[in-house]
Amino acid sequence: MTLKKFSVLGLTLATALTATACGGGGKENVASSEGEQQQQPMAGQKITVFAVNHPWTDALKPEIPKFEKETGIKVDLQVFAEEQLQQKLAVQFTTGADTPDVFTYRPYMDKILYAKNGWTAPLDDYANRNADYEFGDFSKATIEASTIDGKLMSIPLWTDQFILYYRKDVLEENNIPVPKTMAEFEEAMKKLHKPKDDFYGFVARGQRNALVTAVSSFVFSEGGDFMVGDKAAVNTPEAVRGFKLYADLVKNYGPQGVLNMNWAQAIGLFAQGKAAFYVDSAALFKNAIDPEKSLVADKVGFGVFPAGSAGAKPYSTASWSLAMNSQSKGKDAAWAFMEWATNKQNALMIQQSGVPGARDSVWASKEGTEKFPVDLAAAIQETMNIGVDHFVPQVMSVTESRDAVGAIVVKAILGEDIQAAADLANKELQAIIDKDNSQ
Amino acid sequence: MVGIVNWLDRHLKWVFVTPALLFIALMVAFPIFYTARLSLFEWSMSAVQPPKWVGLDNYAALLASKAFWHALWITFYHSSISIVLETVLGVAIAVLFSKKMFAARAAKTMMMLPMVATPVSVGLVWLLIYEPSIGMANQVLKRLGFETQEWLGSVTQVMPSLIIVDVWQWTPMIALIAVAGLATIPSDPYESASVDGANAWQKFTRITLPLLLPTLITAITLRVIDLVKTFDTIYATTQGGPNFASQTLNLMIFDTAFSGFKFGYASALLIVFFLMLITLVLVLNGLRRKAGSLQ
Repeated sequence: MTLKKFSVLGLTLATALTATACGGGGKENVASSEGEQQQQPMAGQKITVFAVNHPWTDALKPEIPKFEKETGIKVDLQVFAEEQLQQKLAVQFTTGADTPDVFTYRPYMDKILYAKNGWTAPLDDYANRNADYEFGDFSKATIEASTIDGKLMSIPLWTDQFILYYRKDVLEENNIPVPKTMAEFEEAMKKLHKPKDDFYGFVARGQRNALVTAVSSFVFSEGGDFMVGDKAAVNTPEAVRGFKLYADLVKNYGPQGVLNMNWAQAIGLFAQGKAAFYVDSAALFKNAIDPEKSLVADKVGFGVFPAGSAGAKPYSTASWSLAMNSQSKGKDAAWAFMEWATNKQNALMIQQSGVPGARDSVWASKEGTEKFPVDLAAAIQETMNIGVDHFVPQVMSVTESRDAVGAIVVKAILGEDIQAAADLANKELQAIIDKDNSQ
Repeated sequence: MVGIVNWLDRHLKWVFVTPALLFIALMVAFPIFYTARLSLFEWSMSAVQPPKWVGLDNYAALLASKAFWHALWITFYHSSISIVLETVLGVAIAVLFSKKMFAARAAKTMMMLPMVATPVSVGLVWLLIYEPSIGMANQVLKRLGFETQEWLGSVTQVMPSLIIVDVWQWTPMIALIAVAGLATIPSDPYESASVDGANAWQKFTRITLPLLLPTLITAITLRVIDLVKTFDTIYATTQGGPNFASQTLNLMIFDTAFSGFKFGYASALLIVFFLMLITLVLVLNGLRRKAGSLQ
């Protein structure tokens, strides 16, 4: 009782005392304030966390009071939309601010720039400090995607796997098996493409910048890549084959106006029941199976990306991750939060809310996959095994490089010569790489 | 004490304008000079690497860049066609409203609606309307038996589509200013013209238009400045695509700065953009004065 009174009065000991009070009663639990101090060496510290507006954040947010109670650290969580977050972070870091202490960012877009500018603190020492954290449990591809020059710069939060979305009912009606190879894939599209009836064989991203992640898996599966070492490689025969395949499929079996489609428009069309196949990140699956968003919610199937001439090589990488500001005044408190947010228990809890996470053990457990459709969970796990760890050129100016590379597909869809487009893009990409290296 | 009061008394004119001067210095002059200075450097906002002095290199690169000239052309294309359509339609609507008309007030209110809507939501609404498979525009075309169009998804149709949006949204502004202008025209010139036997068209071209011109040029000036700077609706609908076909100068600057992190180059673009706008405004102001003195 007295303890509760104290906490209501809001004395300096409030946090420690409330923790005990709610801890469950018995006198043995009432530790001396000195003992509390030892258990909560960081009590009273405050950290600021900038997070992107995403189901991951929604799932973690209600748990934060528990963390505050356990550690005595006060967490100021600020949530922003993607674009605003990026701008806000750029402004904070440019001015050398010590907030936020912790932030979410996309390593594939920003890790090189952030590391070069000294905005992110290396995390290797922290990650291996506590054996219970089981850092080795994170899927290898996502850790590679979070590492730069051998230094771990962030902890992967959720992941992206490139998979196939298809209409179960349409395939069944037409006696078409789920395509396993690119040839079967195109054959199926050809059969199902009926633009007169407003039904298309295929839909995918067509916006220059946005389509690059999607076309990457086609390029990899034909044996190509964006870069080989420090050399741009988008005009090699393998890469061009991949770009051409994607452009042809979109052009021949896609809907009108595909050039202005990002994932939202593309999956929207698929969810409207207007297309037989769609390829994109598995993380978007809810848009296709949520009855409130999709007219075909119960008719969507998921599969592994079909194999090209060099095998099935879809991407599987860290989508967003958690990083630490190198100027943070409370690095230990910041790490305590990061460790807690990404520990096994929370990774499982968040994955159960439908966000595909990065921990292998969670994927291996029954609880970790039961909230996903069975075929989706299988497709994600298989893709994690065979996946490529990147889906954009690995340079500092990612946006610029995406514009250059994406133009190859756009020009091909517009009917221009694809080899000429690829040669030009290769020159531009090489210039971007050279500029990165000269800085 | 007395000393201070005396001093204030003697310098009263300066004391009163100081806040305004300070405001302009801080909020207008400083950013412009800072941008001008930054345009001579290369800088990616790095905290570790300081800006690198490159002199006029950014300007040279800009003038040699195809993307810049293309963006300039797109800006000109978008602004010039929009302003012509908006002016013609705006004046027509204003003349219509200046007659006594059934439900004119309600119609005027309705007309203002697109103008007061937030540009980004206008962009998103039109994005849906233009959606080729499920959007309203193509559904209507189909019902009427026409070929469906690609709208924002085509490199050739994207600019006309965006011009339609702008005309829909901003014609009302020209119309409103023109209505106000029409109200100030006295009725005696019309009466004497009627006596001389002028027909309606002659009255419009010889009396209404010349007397309306100064007001109209003001409206056009305001509109042109906004048109050249259009950002939100285009960004919300196409982000400058497909394949840069709707990348105006303003979008190019945004992309260069906030996606490409090339702040020096973006600043150089801004300075050029700024100089062009100033020139444009000076020309239009000159025209307005000329039109005013003709009366």
